[in-house]
Amino acid sequence: MKLTTLLASAAVALGLGAAAYADGHEKTKVGFVYVGPIGDGGWTYEHDKGRLAVEEAHGDKVETVYVENVAEGPDAERVMTQMALDGADLIFTTSFGYMDATINVAQKFPDVKFEHATGYKRADNVSTYSARFYEGRAIQGHIAGKMTKTNTIGYIASFPIPEVIRGINSAYIHASRVNPDVEFKIIWVYTWFDPAKEADAAKALIEQGADVVLQHTDSTAPQAAAQEAGNVITFGQASDMGQYAPFPRVSSIIDDWAPYYIARTAAVMDGTWESTDTWDGIGAGMVGIGEISDAVPADVKEEALALKAALADGSYHAFTGPLNKQDGSPFLAEGETADDGTLAGMNFYVEGITGEIPN
Amino acid sequence: MDLSAINPILLIAALMSAATPILLAATGELIVEKAGVLNLGVEGMMITGAICGFAIAVETGSPTTGFVAAAVGGALLSLLFVLLTQVTLANQVASGLALTLFGLGLSSLLGQGYVGIKPPRMGDVNFGPLADIPVVGPILFSHDPVLYVGVLLVAIVWAVLRYTRVGLVLRAVGENHDAAHALGYKVVRIRTLAIMFGGALAGLGGAYISLIRVPQWTEGMTAGVGWIALALVVFASWKPWRVLLGAYLFGGITQLQLNLQGAGVAIPVEYLAMSPYLITIVVLVILSADKSAAPGSLGRPFHASG
Repeated sequence: MKLTTLLASAAVALGLGAAAYADGHEKTKVGFVYVGPIGDGGWTYEHDKGRLAVEEAHGDKVETVYVENVAEGPDAERVMTQMALDGADLIFTTSFGYMDATINVAQKFPDVKFEHATGYKRADNVSTYSARFYEGRAIQGHIAGKMTKTNTIGYIASFPIPEVIRGINSAYIHASRVNPDVEFKIIWVYTWFDPAKEADAAKALIEQGADVVLQHTDSTAPQAAAQEAGNVITFGQASDMGQYAPFPRVSSIIDDWAPYYIARTAAVMDGTWESTDTWDGIGAGMVGIGEISDAVPADVKEEALALKAALADGSYHAFTGPLNKQDGSPFLAEGETADDGTLAGMNFYVEGITGEIPN
Repeated sequence: MDLSAINPILLIAALMSAATPILLAATGELIVEKAGVLNLGVEGMMITGAICGFAIAVETGSPTTGFVAAAVGGALLSLLFVLLTQVTLANQVASGLALTLFGLGLSSLLGQGYVGIKPPRMGDVNFGPLADIPVVGPILFSHDPVLYVGVLLVAIVWAVLRYTRVGLVLRAVGENHDAAHALGYKVVRIRTLAIMFGGALAGLGGAYISLIRVPQWTEGMTAGVGWIALALVVFASWKPWRVLLGAYLFGGITQLQLNLQGAGVAIPVEYLAMSPYLITIVVLVILSADKSAAPGSLGRPFHASG
């Protein structure tokens, strides 16, 4: 009898204690869902750097959790649901393929804030954010067009979504502007992360005469393949991939998510979080251009930096007419620039690119 | 479309290299399953082999030592599976899945300091004048030694299973472990050795990816090859030469479809991307019409008292 009473009161006391703790809700819990491993050296690696920056900036007031290698699809929904159930206040879902899963889970947890990277579906508690990677692609295209000797540029594409297609178009526009003979060979690998397959695709492109390989996949495998071939240049994707500098990696597009993640976490803390659509580029610092190495001729480097400056201050837009679509129909008139809606939903190649976009 | 951009000789040479990791892992798993054990941990053993081989090759500067270390690493990890399924008689499916998860975690831990490092290169076997023969030379005589080891292992496994006493005992254990036990064969010991052999080959396959095919270390870099190897064993009806055929078909069509895309062939990319899976399965299903069945005791736990 005594023992039971004791146990019961202990249980009540514990319960009260736990409730008090939960009520205080001292830490803001931020969850991250990653499509690859944090050690991919590319896309996911940069998102995780952003997560670490959040911890650094907010210190004890924040707790972060992450799950890596989450497949796009039902798995993602399960992981997000679990995070929300575990008390996350803010969840960043960092791949395009998580779009529907994010919306579905957000409906079930109206009090949890969600941030979906590179998508276009929003809700009251779902924001979207992305970087204007295509601005970086313009610079890559310029350097690639100038430096290719075979006039063949290989492009390892992941999935046929607007973000990837935008990148291909932007690179092509700027490569063909400085080198009208340039030809793009595009291979769709249908994965964000599979080093062996990415390496195979890079090798296939190199065997077919490409001496520049651009990638829109997350691992550094294509860099290794290019290094092996010896006379092929590459660009770091999503992360600097500086371990392959100065050659084959001659420059890179770096995603810097840290300032955004810190700001959004702060907004949740002070209650000012609102559903927004953020799309920042070189100017705002969300897209960085990694150091252009000495393998690039000095004059080309200068032009590339001038292009970067023009993109950053807004005096030049990467999609400026005159441009036609692949089928020859007009896309942008002389001097006209593409609006964000067109860019966000881009599902066509510009004139000059051969091949078809898979459905 | 420009098919002339595809060099068939380079393509065939590339497919042999692309198929080798699957071939090695599948050959190992074939022996494991022939002994009546279903080890779903191939992916975990491969990735562990990939990092063990990579790390040792970088530290010692010798890719050969790296491959030995990869085999040892894979076999050591498989001992965990032995402990779970042969000693404590845990469920084989669950233990295998656990082994994969464990291997993925362990490898990323071991690989922390090895991201972005270039491994020592393993040279091709020197066949002297043979490599200069047109067409045949670059296809058959210009590869790294591990690729030949892979093909050789298929031949050895086939010969051992078919013609030797060891093979007969192994098959007996797999077909009916109670009968084999009654005849006085050490079922658990034989299975342990088979599992370790499978682990060693999976480790070799993983190291082939990290040391030769990519070559670099990246977390999770096997990206599902282990699962393809597992499926291949079943579709190949547990026959070594069919495993070879399946691996080369799969590797070959994967390479071909990448090359066709690069050359701009007018087949929709979606169909090209799924073709390796589809064609490999169809061919092997047609071949398996001869009603070869799975080993009788596959996946069943064995205890001497039973």
